[in-house]
Amino acid sequence: MSHATLATATLELPRTPSSAKEYRGRVEPDWCPGCGDFGVLNALQRACFELGLQPHQLLIVSGIGCSSNLPGYMNAYGMHTLHGRSLPVATGAKLANHELNVICTGGDGDGYGIGGNHLMHTARRNIDLTYIVMDNQIYGLTTGQISPTSRFDMKTKSTPQGSLEWPLNPLTSAIMNGATYVARGFSGDPKHLTELFKGGIRHRGFALIDVFSPCVTFNLDNDYPFFKERVTKLEDEGHDPSDWKTACEKAMVWGDTIYTGLFFRSTDRPTLDGLEPVLQNAPPLARQPLGLTAEQAKTLMKRMM
Amino acid sequence: MAMAKKELDLTIAIGGAAGQGIATPGNVLARIFARGGLHLYSYNAHQSIIRGGHILLMLRVGDREVLSHGDRIDLLVCLNQDTMDRHLRLMGEGSRILFNSDDVVPGATKPGAQLCPMPVKTLSGNSKNKVIQNTLSLGVTMSLLGLDFSVLEEALGQLLGKKGEDVVRENVTVARAGYDHASAHFEPFPTALPQGKKPLAVWAGNDALALGGAAAGVKFYAAYPMSPASGVLHWMAQNGRSLGIMVRQVEDEIGVANMTIGAAHAGVRAMCATSGGGFALMTEAIGSAAMMEIPAVFINVMRAGPSTGVPTKTEQGDLRQVLGASQGDFERFIVAPRNALDAFDTVPELFNLVDRAQCPGIILSDLLISEGTFSVDPDAVDLHPSIDRGALLLDPSPNGDYHRYADTESGISPRVAPGAEGFVHVVATDEHDEAGVLISDEFTNPLIRRQMVEKRARKFETIAADVPAPELEGPRNADLTLVGFGSTYGVVKEAALRLAEEGVSANQLAIKWIVPFHVDAVTKALAGAKRIVVVENNYTGQFAQYLRGETGITAHAHIRKYDGEPFTPHHIVEGVREILARDTAVFVPTQEVMV
Repeated sequence: MSHATLATATLELPRTPSSAKEYRGRVEPDWCPGCGDFGVLNALQRACFELGLQPHQLLIVSGIGCSSNLPGYMNAYGMHTLHGRSLPVATGAKLANHELNVICTGGDGDGYGIGGNHLMHTARRNIDLTYIVMDNQIYGLTTGQISPTSRFDMKTKSTPQGSLEWPLNPLTSAIMNGATYVARGFSGDPKHLTELFKGGIRHRGFALIDVFSPCVTFNLDNDYPFFKERVTKLEDEGHDPSDWKTACEKAMVWGDTIYTGLFFRSTDRPTLDGLEPVLQNAPPLARQPLGLTAEQAKTLMKRMM
Repeated sequence: MAMAKKELDLTIAIGGAAGQGIATPGNVLARIFARGGLHLYSYNAHQSIIRGGHILLMLRVGDREVLSHGDRIDLLVCLNQDTMDRHLRLMGEGSRILFNSDDVVPGATKPGAQLCPMPVKTLSGNSKNKVIQNTLSLGVTMSLLGLDFSVLEEALGQLLGKKGEDVVRENVTVARAGYDHASAHFEPFPTALPQGKKPLAVWAGNDALALGGAAAGVKFYAAYPMSPASGVLHWMAQNGRSLGIMVRQVEDEIGVANMTIGAAHAGVRAMCATSGGGFALMTEAIGSAAMMEIPAVFINVMRAGPSTGVPTKTEQGDLRQVLGASQGDFERFIVAPRNALDAFDTVPELFNLVDRAQCPGIILSDLLISEGTFSVDPDAVDLHPSIDRGALLLDPSPNGDYHRYADTESGISPRVAPGAEGFVHVVATDEHDEAGVLISDEFTNPLIRRQMVEKRARKFETIAADVPAPELEGPRNADLTLVGFGSTYGVVKEAALRLAEEGVSANQLAIKWIVPFHVDAVTKALAGAKRIVVVENNYTGQFAQYLRGETGITAHAHIRKYDGEPFTPHHIVEGVREILARDTAVFVPTQEVMV
């Protein structure tokens, strides 16, 4: 099918989709065959379907990178923003229309590297966003350099003699900074991933779901077998997600066992959108009339006299 | 023979160190003057320090519009020795110098300057209050200006009422002592301050920008604190909740700009403000707004650069920065308001333009306007400006075939905010086709790329045609034409009036709209100019270069100032004299008031 034909197709339906396939976007993904991001996309489409979300109620916001192409592959409102900036853009959109379900997607370089500062602050705001990071421990779109989650001594194009830096831990960082739903999934286990996504989208507050999403082209260290041999579901071990200390301990485990699942969840902390007075008992800001009322104008003028 | 009524033109300067509470007497006097219907223009020369250093607040008051903070100080209030030492030399015949005679030793005065010593301890009944001399000097000032004490009593009551009756009583008692002391010992100014026609409002430029946003219907404001733009944030934070405006302080200006764009895409009018350094961080996002066709307003309040520069000093040094903000070749509105009232009017005007053209807009203010305080005629303020959101479709009906970037004749594509049923689409910072599908990665397409570049350019041209062109102000066939942009408008106007008194006829071409730049109108206005002099607050002549680049017109001479302080009228008058007498190419005035 030609590109132009795809572009003119109308995909959104004015009813709740009857299958996850109806969340497919205008174009097919251009990811490498075997890329872990396919599993993430499928799981996200399935999660939206199972939650009964309509495409027009969804806003998918991404940054830049292979995985950030995702909004184009979804039948939903999307914003494919700048490298590292999905979280502030999504925050603005959510606050302007808090009735939208806003989901951010991107990669480890985008979210933990160039956008790392925003992650910390978005977490502490506990705004109601779901952030899915397709973590492949490499920069793929720029053809293979270390990322913030690349292991020590990893050899890449930018570290031919091996990396001298240790990876950051997105899960403990998110927990420490105030995120209230922190999980990790594996794109090789789409069912589990779908459940984690559903939980994150349903959760009121900031949810980070880090997903092992192997890059089959540029990261031969962390491929499917590497994860398949190691991933162990926290759910199978009876982990209590309300216990942040154990959550952090489990998140630090990196060896023969690497945990996936819901590490931490808290429903105690209010969300930013829940706290903001201008959003309470009011329609979304985007639907409010513009300008000052006569009363407001009078008060302001008086104050300036 | 009837005497021509002399115009009121009086400047009070209050000097001291940061932390001595200069702002309070400044505010009290500003309110008293404006409420009495007098016009004012104040400039606060200060430093990036919370305690110490030297601050000089200049408050010029007149019975008609005041165009600049002026060249002369009539009353100097010295809150410390430093102020006396720095500025006594500027005080000429007829001036008054007020000081705390317990602590401050006066120097040698020029003939006709009157020293007004205040024995603060005695007059305040040995008050332990460290800022009591401010209150005392207010009392003295009222007497020197021939104003009734009751005016000050009322103002103090309003200002300090929240702090309780005791505080009000102490301050009124001390102010009264100062007033009586002055009436007994000092000669007041020969003419008592008159009463104006009607009360005026008092605005700082940053208040005007924020209020302009509120009037324009801004529902989302974000900022990272940065002088001299923080005043906009403070106003918004103070008033946001009651006006239903979301106000956010964000981790950095990158976040600020991107959050603003996210909110704007969701359908609100969104705005942010910063200074040059923060604006540098915003630039990539501004380009993304252009590419995604999201309207938003970004304010850059210029301060002296480069880099951290001089945070509390003014400059017009960011013209090139805003013109070149963000990579790539794209359209953005750039407007430099002339004064506080103009700044207020500019915000809704710009929002209408960016909403209609679906692109970013930049307001170029500077410290002089933003942190200065000005009287504003309330009748000239339209708090209900017209609002035009262009092709933003509210509650649209699905037509089954929505293309966000539809290539229309005007280039303007109907816009729908997320949430509407039947209009699902993706916006992208990558180049895309009419439907929003990327053409950047897999299938780059030169024809579509060209189509989209031309579409974006065309919509801008369509809307930009409505922006009013600048006009020459002042006499036709003048000896010379002064050209400037933004905040130099008032001081250039005053200089031209003063030159006329000396027999030199000068007119002014003041540029407010940098982009779109009215090449034809500017070329026509300058075609008959005998001598073109560009006045700007920077070293390299950024505006002169821009003028030449856009019109091919090379100015004959330049008056430039880049010492951090704004122009005062005589700087320009002297520059013109020099240029006429000696054919000076670039005149750089020397700043006399050392702050």
